[in-house]
Amino acid sequence: MASSFRCTDPCLHLFHAGDCGLPTSSSREQKATEDIVANCFRYFKNCLDIETDIPMLHRRKHEAFLMKGLQHLSESYECLDASRPWLCYWILHSLELLSIDLPEGMASQVAQFLAKCQCPDGGFAGGPGQLAHLAPTYAAVNALCIIGTDEAFKVIDRPALQRYLLRMRTPEGAFKMHEGGEVDIRGAYCAASAARLTNVATKAMFDGTAEWVVSCQTYEGGFAGEPGLEAHGGYSFCGLAALVLLGHERLCDISALLRWTANRQMAFEGGFQGRTNKLVDGCYSFWQGGAFPLMHMILSKEKDDTLSADSWMFHQGALQEYLLICCQHQGGGLIDKPGKPRDFYHTCYCLSGLSVAQHLTEGRLEHTQVTGCASNEVKRTHPVFNIGLDSVLSAHAFFEALPVP
Amino acid sequence: ISHAVRDCYDYFRAILRKDERSERAFELTADAAALNPANYTVWHFRRILLKDLGKNLQDELDYITEVIHDHPKNYQVWHHRRVVVDWLRNASDEIDFTRLILTHDAKNYHAWQHRQWVLREFDLWDAELDYIDDLLEEDIRNNSAWNQRYYVISKTSKFTDEVIAREVSYTKEKINNVPNNESAWNYLRGVLLDTEMYKYSGLMTFCEELFSQSIRSPHLLAFMVDCYQEMLNAKCEDKEEVLAKALKLLKGLEEEYDTIRCEYWKYLSVTLSSKYAGKLEQSSS
Ligand SMILES: [Zn+2]
Repeated sequence: MASSFRCTDPCLHLFHAGDCGLPTSSSREQKATEDIVANCFRYFKNCLDIETDIPMLHRRKHEAFLMKGLQHLSESYECLDASRPWLCYWILHSLELLSIDLPEGMASQVAQFLAKCQCPDGGFAGGPGQLAHLAPTYAAVNALCIIGTDEAFKVIDRPALQRYLLRMRTPEGAFKMHEGGEVDIRGAYCAASAARLTNVATKAMFDGTAEWVVSCQTYEGGFAGEPGLEAHGGYSFCGLAALVLLGHERLCDISALLRWTANRQMAFEGGFQGRTNKLVDGCYSFWQGGAFPLMHMILSKEKDDTLSADSWMFHQGALQEYLLICCQHQGGGLIDKPGKPRDFYHTCYCLSGLSVAQHLTEGRLEHTQVTGCASNEVKRTHPVFNIGLDSVLSAHAFFEALPVP
Repeated sequence: ISHAVRDCYDYFRAILRKDERSERAFELTADAAALNPANYTVWHFRRILLKDLGKNLQDELDYITEVIHDHPKNYQVWHHRRVVVDWLRNASDEIDFTRLILTHDAKNYHAWQHRQWVLREFDLWDAELDYIDDLLEEDIRNNSAWNQRYYVISKTSKFTDEVIAREVSYTKEKINNVPNNESAWNYLRGVLLDTEMYKYSGLMTFCEELFSQSIRSPHLLAFMVDCYQEMLNAKCEDKEEVLAKALKLLKGLEEEYDTIRCEYWKYLSVTLSSKYAGKLEQSSS
């Protein structure tokens, strides 16, 4: 059977980045990375002779890795760690994408733990007894919506959350991450996402926010952390998703953003880099890849009838190959690139990117494109909130029934 | 979780709950920050104590210098430095300090963020373009340095006609050396953001020369496509020919030179055709 994998194409070597005869530290690092990836591809090609069901998503191993992390979380000791709601979210969303149900009682335990991270003045902190922070607030709200029980939804003190978000607002409409904390574009996304999911958004809360976000779009086309900085995948997703949440996506230069984002997919590796002339990293599969459904939606709203009906504007097959062949850790969990340690952050965003690469949803249109064996298919993720589509629906059903505080 | 960590945290929590503003509490924040520099609550409380106890801010700057050297990619430590420098109203160390961090990692986002803040807050622009020249001399692919170049110019001289001319010729030279360097192409586009690129003196010739030297960098081809699209937008004569040229380049990108982005190039082709080919037919019929 002729293989249809991009990574086994004999012409792939034509797409090495090269150095035009003038090597610098950037091109040397790039070459070293391509060499490692080429090794993985070669190994895969050899395996193809004896195995037919590859590349395979190692569901069992990932499940074991995630479950161990979840167990660890629920032993709710208090410590200096300031990203515990993040850990909850990364693990729960990964499990959700893999269609793994939580063990009996676990959902309730996690919801109760997150309740302990909630601050009396509103918002969630990185751990019990800490100061509220927008990033763990975003993560906690997402995690509770994934759990999706009335118990979980009711954890959120909505009036307090609303007051907290208003306190984090700067006069121009940007958001600081915490009291006395830094202001950057993550704040706008985290605030908009949490506010929209829980139905506490008001006009005054986001007055000027979209304009501030747009001022972070750089000459390259992507968004930066704050005005003047370099375009960056994580911040770019935050900027675009925030604009979509606020209904002001048309304020930004969408064709420049599309060009920049499309150019972040690596010609040889197939994964995405975070910035121009930086290295491929599995987590950008979502930060960059997740921007395509958003841009697709924006363009189709503008009645762009030249849009493809069965493909995003990136190479979905190549991304899946990179994730499945290069980003799975031997012992479970997913990673940045071969040789890097596994963690829950990369596991979550590699799987989220895989989901985007497998599923095209546009209105009632659905198109699935799974690389490798059919069991590799993961659940659809919502490209704005990055939680499962069902999770968004049940959260909306619960919170839209309540009045805005 | 070790006992030391647990003890330290229990202790810190107790102090936080009591809101104890003492020397002992201040020292404890350093211990806690050493165990986890990402704990923003610890840093926040430390800043309250710095003010309350009237601590020496220069000492604090020395301290945070050490911490950043150990944790250069952490949000909290950089934010702490920014606040301390802001309180001191003295940024005399900041240019050298960020330069040192960037020597180890020329693309450290936090270091660039801090540096940009210092430049604009303390008006220290004078030597920045020279510094960027050095960085680009060292690594022409350093996109952070290109971005900084754009930032400095947009905040100082601005992109006047003379500056645009200087920057275009600078960038052309860099592209000649490394034609496949996306950073330089992106910068060129940025410099000409409000200018019609196809009209810009010598630019099309420059591209055509590279093309005739058999250079097929996707960035070159894409740039030429953009120029052709501008011409079509401007209702140039010989529309059919220009459109055909653009479509041919796009086909090359899609099928041969940049196949990873085939869907994107296909989309641009279809868009371009539907936008201009229709009108061509109408005008010729
Ligand atoms: Zn990563």
